[in-house]
Amino acid sequence: MNALLPVPPGPAIEPPLALLAELTHRCPLQCPYCANPLEMERAANELDTAAWLRVLDEAAALGVLQVHFSGGEPTARKDLLELVRRAAAGGLYSNLITSGVTLDPAALAALAEAGLDHVQLSFQDADATQADRIGGYRRGHTRKLEVARQIRDAGLPLTANFVVHRQNLERLPEMLALGEEIGASRIEIAHVQYYGWALVNRAALMPSRAQLERANEAVAEARERLRGRITIDYVVPDYYAARPKACMGGWARRIINITPAGLALPCHAAETLPGFQWPSVRAASLGAIWQDDPGFNRYRGTSWMPEPCRSCDQREVDWGGCRCQALAMTGDAGATDPACALSPHHFMMADAVADADTVAEGPAPALVYRRIRTAALVR
Amino acid sequence: MTEGMTGEGAAVPAFNRGFRLRHDPVRQAWVVLAPERLFLLDEPAVEVLKLVDGARTVPDIVDSLAVKFDAPRETIAADVAAMLQDLVVKGAIRL
Ligand code: SF4
Ligand code: SF4
Repeated sequence: MNALLPVPPGPAIEPPLALLAELTHRCPLQCPYCANPLEMERAANELDTAAWLRVLDEAAALGVLQVHFSGGEPTARKDLLELVRRAAAGGLYSNLITSGVTLDPAALAALAEAGLDHVQLSFQDADATQADRIGGYRRGHTRKLEVARQIRDAGLPLTANFVVHRQNLERLPEMLALGEEIGASRIEIAHVQYYGWALVNRAALMPSRAQLERANEAVAEARERLRGRITIDYVVPDYYAARPKACMGGWARRIINITPAGLALPCHAAETLPGFQWPSVRAASLGAIWQDDPGFNRYRGTSWMPEPCRSCDQREVDWGGCRCQALAMTGDAGATDPACALSPHHFMMADAVADADTVAEGPAPALVYRRIRTAALVR
Repeated sequence: MTEGMTGEGAAVPAFNRGFRLRHDPVRQAWVVLAPERLFLLDEPAVEVLKLVDGARTVPDIVDSLAVKFDAPRETIAADVAAMLQDLVVKGAIRL
């Protein structure tokens, strides 16, 4: 008996389920795998409070059920409480995706009171020294441990998020133990996705196959041990999989992403795709954008697909994979994701894996850190 | 595991923090909202979950449903136990 059904695929334009609200690109940390674009938005260009409140109302009316407040660091916005309150008023399930270092008991109590449903706290490692090196923030890890306790004390459920890569994957068992120790009800192990900052750093971050196998075993063991107590979300990284992931649950099917400056995107990396004029929520309603915007419709469904996707029985499972990855690797955003073994470009993934295996024992290349001023340099 | 995992006894099921049952007027469906996920519910699950309030015991829930659906108590009890067990494993409720 299965009381919880996965959401079934439905007809054409269903309303989005989730709103990813990137409130700001400001962040005290500098992770070299940050998913933010290389050109980050400055505070002066950010949407104002009134615009975000309207977006939240429109989202609720459109059928959005969950809102993820993210960034950058969403707590850098002074109006965060007001936004959380409005989300709650519209029945939206609200999730705060935070690095935690700016939070304290008073702020957390206020957020809980405003109706926040859940907090996702990111960790860079289980080892404090390594974590602070990756995050580029002194004593950040210690601070996060305190904040994790404060989140629980405020009565908020907690997800511990670990982004894993070559330089910390060995400590996955310690990360799982840490998540358990701080009372997380969910642990998310996310492999770095290689676009934006992470693609710049791919050689320094990509794990070897041997590392990955040990990691998979550690997750399987922990899942068994923590069954019914802690949910562990873990996905094998694209480079080592035979099939791609359903990016964002399919292009413009589940999620609408709003950037700090108010552009609406079907995926948080869609700004890397050339030839699109992304619509602004300053000029159009969320509903109109979702239904009619040509960019949203560009890769929606299956009719845009080339072979081998077009005639593949997986086409409504993975929706052809990730457009941004297809572009980054093949030069064509409309190609089958090279993560798929059926893609004629799959060898590029295999080559990157082979490289990762050869360099795995040597010293890791230097990391390029996410800072507003380095952005000009990597271009 | 606790005695309540068998589904009966005096266990009082309750939603775990971060899990919320809600009616979605746009899709005209009941959903459970959870961190980074969302579940559509089949009809029996909706009937059970509407009664999960952190106060009713499992036998209370079975009694209500047996009356409401005019069905044998044992059948309902078995269904409810299996469903609650599934929801416990998925982290949505505790017993
Ligand atoms: S060919 Fe396309 S649809 Fe088929 S599995 Fe590969 S990416 Fe998915
Ligand atoms: S298209 Fe790719 S980069 Fe964009 S969200 Fe999807 S998986 Fe991510």
